[in-house]
Amino acid sequence: MSKTEIWQGTLALMILKTLETLGPFHGYGIARRIEQTSGDRLSLNYGTLYPSLLKLEQEGWIASEWGVSENNRKAKYYKLTRSGRKQLEREAREWNQTTAIVARFFEPAGGES
Amino acid sequence: MRHLRAWLLRFTGLFFKDARERELAAELETHLQMHIDDNIRAGMSPQEASRVAVMKLGGVEQTKEAYRDRATIPFLESVVQDLRFTLRQLRKNPAFTVTATAMVALGIGASVAIFAFVDAALIKPLPYQNPSRLLFVTETTPDIPRAVLSYPDYLDWKNLNRVFDSMDVYTQRGYVISTTGGVEMVDGARVSDGFFRTLGVGPLLGRDFYRGEDLPDAPRTVVLSYASWQKRFGGRQDIVGQPITLNELPHTIVGVLPQNFHFAPVEQAEFWTTLHPAGTCDLRRSCHFLNGIGRLIDGVSQEAALADVTRIAKDLEAQYPDSNRNQGATVGPLAEVIVGDVKPTLLLLLGGAGLLLLIACINVASLLLVRSETRRRELAVRRALGATSARLVRQFVIEGLVIVAVGATAGLLGSHWMMQILSGLIPKDMMAGMPYLEDLGLSSRVLMFALGIAGFASVLFTVTPALRLSTLDVRDGIAEGARGTAGRVWRRIGSKLVILELTTAMVLLVGAGLLGKSFYRLLQVGAGFETKRLITMRVRAPRSAYGEDEQAVALGRNVVNDVRSLPGVTSVALVSTLPLTFNGNTEWIRFVGRAYNGEHNEVNQRGISSDYFATLQAKLLRGRTFTDSEDGTKPKVVVINQTLAKKYFPNEDPIGQRFGNTDLNPASIKEIIGVVDDIREGPLDSEIWPAYYYAFNQVPDFAFSVVVRTSQGEQSLIPTVAETVRRIDSRITISNQTTMTARVNDAPTVYLRRSSTWLVGGFAAVALLLGVVGLYGVIAYSVSQRTREIGVRIALGAQRGMVYRLILKEAGVLALAGIVIGTGCAILAASLMRKLLFGTPPWDVATLISVAAVLSASALLASFLPARRAASVDPMSALRAE
Repeated sequence: MSKTEIWQGTLALMILKTLETLGPFHGYGIARRIEQTSGDRLSLNYGTLYPSLLKLEQEGWIASEWGVSENNRKAKYYKLTRSGRKQLEREAREWNQTTAIVARFFEPAGGES
Repeated sequence: MRHLRAWLLRFTGLFFKDARERELAAELETHLQMHIDDNIRAGMSPQEASRVAVMKLGGVEQTKEAYRDRATIPFLESVVQDLRFTLRQLRKNPAFTVTATAMVALGIGASVAIFAFVDAALIKPLPYQNPSRLLFVTETTPDIPRAVLSYPDYLDWKNLNRVFDSMDVYTQRGYVISTTGGVEMVDGARVSDGFFRTLGVGPLLGRDFYRGEDLPDAPRTVVLSYASWQKRFGGRQDIVGQPITLNELPHTIVGVLPQNFHFAPVEQAEFWTTLHPAGTCDLRRSCHFLNGIGRLIDGVSQEAALADVTRIAKDLEAQYPDSNRNQGATVGPLAEVIVGDVKPTLLLLLGGAGLLLLIACINVASLLLVRSETRRRELAVRRALGATSARLVRQFVIEGLVIVAVGATAGLLGSHWMMQILSGLIPKDMMAGMPYLEDLGLSSRVLMFALGIAGFASVLFTVTPALRLSTLDVRDGIAEGARGTAGRVWRRIGSKLVILELTTAMVLLVGAGLLGKSFYRLLQVGAGFETKRLITMRVRAPRSAYGEDEQAVALGRNVVNDVRSLPGVTSVALVSTLPLTFNGNTEWIRFVGRAYNGEHNEVNQRGISSDYFATLQAKLLRGRTFTDSEDGTKPKVVVINQTLAKKYFPNEDPIGQRFGNTDLNPASIKEIIGVVDDIREGPLDSEIWPAYYYAFNQVPDFAFSVVVRTSQGEQSLIPTVAETVRRIDSRITISNQTTMTARVNDAPTVYLRRSSTWLVGGFAAVALLLGVVGLYGVIAYSVSQRTREIGVRIALGAQRGMVYRLILKEAGVLALAGIVIGTGCAILAASLMRKLLFGTPPWDVATLISVAAVLSASALLASFLPARRAASVDPMSALRAE
C-alpha cells in the first residue's frame, strides 16, 4: 500500500466517523470538523475530501442529496447509510485492534520483572 | 461486491459527464462561499478570504481533476476519447473508410462463407458414434479402384476378418409406393441387419433391425427416415407396426431414424429395408452390388485392416478363381465416401478465399500506412505536446479495430447471404448427395474462424502503422524537411506489400485460368452423341404385370410408339442405363474360338431398342443395328463399341465374331453384327470402356430409361412425354425426368469444375483489381514524393519521355517481381490442385503467358496515370513548392 492509499483509508474512516457524530453534513463542514477534531494538528487540503466522498458514495457507505445550509446556501449533504454504519463499526474495531497491537510494542519493557 | 459496484458506477460515469461537471462546480462553489464567509467573519478582507479559501482547497481545477479521475475510469475515458477521435477521422475521410471496410468485409465474407461449407463437409463430425473408427471396406478390380462386394464375398469378409468389431453393407434401392396421387418412385436403401449398430445410430422411435432380419425368409421390415416420417406420415407416433407396400411387397414399419441422421452415399433414402437377397444376381458370387462399412476394433489401425481384408481377398481368389480373379481389397475412412469428390474443390475454394482475404488485408494495411504517412505532422505535434508513444500507438490500434469490427460485421452478414446463394446454386440432384450441407450456417466453429481472421486482420492493421510510428522523429515530423528518408522507408515497405499483392493476384489468376481451361477441355470432350434436344427419363412398371418377357417387350413397343406419335418428337428409344452415367453394369466376356485362361474381360453392357443409335445420333461405323423384330426367338446379336473392337479385334473384322460369358454357356453366346463409334457411358472425365449393346427385345426388362429426340424446345415437352407414358398404365412410375443438356451441366464432374472456375475466377478478378489499385497507390505516392526531383530533372532538360520511362520503370520492376514470384507460386499451387485439372498441366504455358500479359497490361495501366502526372510536372511550381 502506498502512503496516499493509507492516507485515503484513514481519511475515509475520519469522514465516516464525522458523519456518524454530526449526522448529514456538507463537504466543507466535514473538512472543518475533521480539522477541529484533530485539535488543528491535522491540516488537510480540503480538495482531497471530494474524491474520497465520491469513492465512499460509489461504494455505498454514504449517500448524498442537495439541501439548504444554515446560511441559506444550496449545499450537497452527505449522510451515512446503514451499510456505512456497519462498515464504520468494522473499521473502528480493526483500527482499535491494530493500534492496540502496535501500542504493545511501544510499552515500556518490564512486564516480566 | 463493493468494488464491483464502484467499478460499475465509474463505468456508467463515462456517459453522464455534463451533469456531473455541473454538480461538482456547484458543490465547490458552495464550499468556497462557505469558507469565504467564515474567513470574513474571522476578520479577513474579502480578497484575502477568497485567496485563503482557494489555497486551502488546493486549487479548484486540481480538485476537479482528482474528482474526475475517481468519477470515471481514466484509462477507459481516454480510450473513449480516442474512439471519438477515430470515428471523427473516419467520417472525415469517407473514401478511405468505405474502401477499407469494404475490402475487409469482402475478404472476411468470402472466406467465412467458403469456410462454412468446409466446416459442414469436412470438419463437422459425422452424426455417428465415434465416426473416426468407421471405415469403408470394399473390393477393387484392375479397372475400378473402389468397386463393390458380392453378397457371398461380404459374408466371407464379415466372418473371416479379425479387425472389425462389426462389418455391414448397404446398397441404394428405389422403391415404388402407392400414394393418394398415384404410384411414386422413392429413394431407399437395403442394408444388412447390423448396419445402424455399426454406425452407432439408434432409432428415434421403434427399433433397429434384429439380427437375422436381413435373411431371405425373415419378415420384411422397414425403418423410415425422419423426413419421410414427417412428410408421408405426418409424424404420427403410432407409426411403428403399421404395414406399407414397397415394390408390391408388404413390409412392416418398425422404426424411425433420428432427425440429424444422414448417410450421403444413398442420398436422401426415405425407406431403409434389410437385404433379403433374392433372385439371380443377389446370391451369385460374381454379382457385385454391396458397399461395405466396418467399425475398427480398438487399437487396430487402418493399415492393419487393409492387410487383413487383402488376405481374405487373396484366400477367396484362390478358393474361387473363376469369380474372384483379380479381386483385391481396399479400405479408407468412411468420411471419404460420405464427402466424396467435393473435398479437393472445397479446399481449393478455401485457398482461393484465403488468398483474397490476404490481398484485401494487405491493401487495407498499405492504405493505413499511407494515412500514417500523411499524419506524420499531426503525430509529431501530439508527441511534442506530451503524448506518449503508447498513447499514439493506441490511436492506431483503435483505428484498426474499428475498421475490422465494422468490416467483419458486414462480412459476416454478407457471408450468410453468400452461403444462401452458393447452396442455392447447387443442383438439386447434387444437393441430395450432400445432406451434410443441410445445416450450413454460422455455426460456433464458423464464428470462431471469423473471429480468428478478424484478430489476424486487427494485428496486421495495428502493427503496420505502429511499426512505422517507431521510426518517427519528432523534429523531422514537424519540420517536414526530411521527407526524403521517411518517404523512402514507406516506399520500401509499400513496394514489398505490392509485390506480395501482385504475386497473390497472379496465383489466383493462374488458378482460375487453369480451371477455366480444364472446364473448356471437359466440354470439348465428345459424348459420342448429340446431347442437345434430348429428353431422358426413367420408367418402371410393376413386376407383377410386366415380369414376363413378352409383357415387357410389349410395354417397350407401346412406350416407343406412343411417344413417337407426339408432335415435336422426332425419334424415341429405350436403354437399360443412360449414357454419361457411369462405367459399370458390366459382364466378363469370353470369345468363341480363342484360347482362354480365366482372365476377366470386363465390358459395359447396355440393352437398347432398335432406334437407339439413330435417336442419339451416334455413328454406326460398320455392320448394322437391330431391327424391332429381333426378340428372344431369334439368335442373340450385339453391337460393340469401337474401343471393344480395337481392344479385342485389333487386326480382324469383328463382324460375325461371337462371344459369351466366362464358361461359354450356350444361352450367353451372342454374335457381333455392328460396330458403333464410342458413346461415353461414364462421366465426361472418365475413360471409355469397351462396351456392347444388346437388343432390349431379346433381354427385356420392366424398368428402363427412355430417350426422346425432339425437333425443338425439349424442356416444354417433358410433361407431355411423361403423361403419355403414364397413360399406358397408371401403375408406371417415372423418375429423373430431365434433358440431356441438364444432365451434362448438373453432372458433378461438370458442375464442380464450372462452379470452382466461376468462384476462383471471381476471386481472381477482385484480387487483380486490388493488386492493381495497390500498385497505383504505391506509384502515385512515389510520384508525389519525387515531385521536386522530377521538377529538377525537367528543369535540367530531361524530356517528358524520360520521366515516363523513370516512373514506368519503377512500376515495371514491381510488376515483374510480382509476375516472376507469382509464376513460381502459381505452378506450385496448381500442382496441389492437379486432381481438379483436366487435360491441362499445372505449368500450362499458354495460361501462364496470358495471365502474365493481363497482369502486365493492368500494371502498365495503373502506372500510366501517375507517370503522366509526373511528366506534366511544371518545374517552376515544383521547385517553388519546397
